Amino acid sequence: MTDSKSQITAKLSDAVQRIKPSGIRRFFDLASTMENVISLGVGEPDFTTPWSVREASIASLERGITSYTANAGLLELRTAISDYLINEFQVKYSPEDEIVVTVGASEGIDLALRATVNPGDEILIVEPSFVSYAPLVSLLGGIPVSVPTSIENEFKVSSEDILAKITSKTVGILLSFPSNPTGATMGKEDLEEIAKVICEYDLLIYSDEIYAELTYDNKHTSIPSLEGLWERTILISGFSKSFAMTGWRLGYVCAPEPYAKAMLKIHQYAMMCAATMAQYAAIEALKDGKEEMKEMVVSYRQRRNYFVKSLNEIGLQCHLPGGAFYAFPSITSTGLSSEEFAEKLLIEEKVAVVPGTVFGAGGEGHIRCSYATSMTQLEEAIKRMERFISKNKH
Amino acid sequence: MTEKEKELLLLLEREGRITEEKLSKMLDISVETVKAMIESFEKKKIILGYSAIVDWSKANTTETVTAMIDVKVTPKRGVGFDEVAERIYRFKEVKALYLMSGTYDLSVVIEGKTMSEIARFVSEKLSTLDSVLSTTTHFQLKKYKHDGVIFEDEDEDHRIVVSP
Repeated sequence: MTDSKSQITAKLSDAVQRIKPSGIRRFFDLASTMENVISLGVGEPDFTTPWSVREASIASLERGITSYTANAGLLELRTAISDYLINEFQVKYSPEDEIVVTVGASEGIDLALRATVNPGDEILIVEPSFVSYAPLVSLLGGIPVSVPTSIENEFKVSSEDILAKITSKTVGILLSFPSNPTGATMGKEDLEEIAKVICEYDLLIYSDEIYAELTYDNKHTSIPSLEGLWERTILISGFSKSFAMTGWRLGYVCAPEPYAKAMLKIHQYAMMCAATMAQYAAIEALKDGKEEMKEMVVSYRQRRNYFVKSLNEIGLQCHLPGGAFYAFPSITSTGLSSEEFAEKLLIEEKVAVVPGTVFGAGGEGHIRCSYATSMTQLEEAIKRMERFISKNKH
Repeated sequence: MTEKEKELLLLLEREGRITEEKLSKMLDISVETVKAMIESFEKKKIILGYSAIVDWSKANTTETVTAMIDVKVTPKRGVGFDEVAERIYRFKEVKALYLMSGTYDLSVVIEGKTMSEIARFVSEKLSTLDSVLSTTTHFQLKKYKHDGVIFEDEDEDHRIVVSP
């Protein structure tokens, strides 16, 4: 006799039953059934990984390098990451014991949380944010506490925002700037402003800086580069967005040794090591991929300028996002909710965007549009959206 | 040259038909500035013209033949290679001409209707020039990439339509 579905469900862990599937899923299912969809819903670069990087990986396979690497990743790669972080962001991590190469920044986030969250701990999550943070905290029995940001402050977080959510149970804060989905960035002064509160309440910082290279107006300030924050920060980053390497699943976490050691322990049991061929690709990316990355950044900036200006022209108010490759316009002028807007736009004009609500508090009234797609597609998308808005005037 | 000017040139080099409005938005400068920049580039002959990249092998018309000819010449006192170069590039058959380092001096790109037409050009016009010592003719068989554009159909977008 086979169990009915509900009998099986009862066997699932409480933790996994507590978390919900990502709200993005529904739009993916809907959009996948339709043809001629222009997708502004894609959270990854439209570039292919630079050829020299792909070629380096192929060469590693040809040489027959197909075995495990050290748990923390190839020392050569960790050294390259360490050099890169010093040169680009003035943060210093020892390749020997403060860097762990992970299967994407996603694993890095999971490791950082698993190594530090106890049941009942409250973790502040600056929202709107990437969809995985809150569920990962919940899985551990931790309590994700949303710190909403809004367009009035260009989706930056302030010390008052943080203070309002701190309780005796708060142990850490998850920050991700440049932000997916808002494109917001935090400059040095912005960070110094929140640093005081963070230090005063002795919070641990989980800093997801996966979009660090993709800033268009000011160079990125890495959180651990600030006075007094290195000791309390776990830095999470990776190759996906900067080098157009999403499918390689290669990231890294950097932290003071006790944190790094703890994360390595989990990684060693759960993952063993990141894919060897991807690690060789990453070495090449850091050695020789920067020129191409800079060209990508110029191209994203041009498309951002074009797209955000055009959104404002067709009546969707949008702040100029300083980083990542997302525009996060307000759609309140249409009188529709984010979900309604996204669904109607998809059905009526075949343009896929993601409703802001998927990204947590502060997302209602907004949609996320990725401009990491060709200019031709962006132009057509603007045309369709303009038509949609004139039909749906409030 | 400013960063914006360089960006503008790169965009125009990639797509000569791009509109001034689009350039203005992408570079975050006014349409008037774009117009003024382009005008100045044209005046200074930084921009010499606008052309399309055509895959003639797909156009339903008589195909042309392209050859690259390595030419060894004796340079002349006072004018170096420039004089003989000028004599060569004035022929309308010559599509491009470069002065090279290495085992030969000039690289001549010739276009003609047939191989024999090109052969005739080489034997009658090019080889007979006083300064020309020798020529080696290579015919192009297939164009894979030209001016940064790959001629094979490029891969489609493999990304999933919605992702976090």
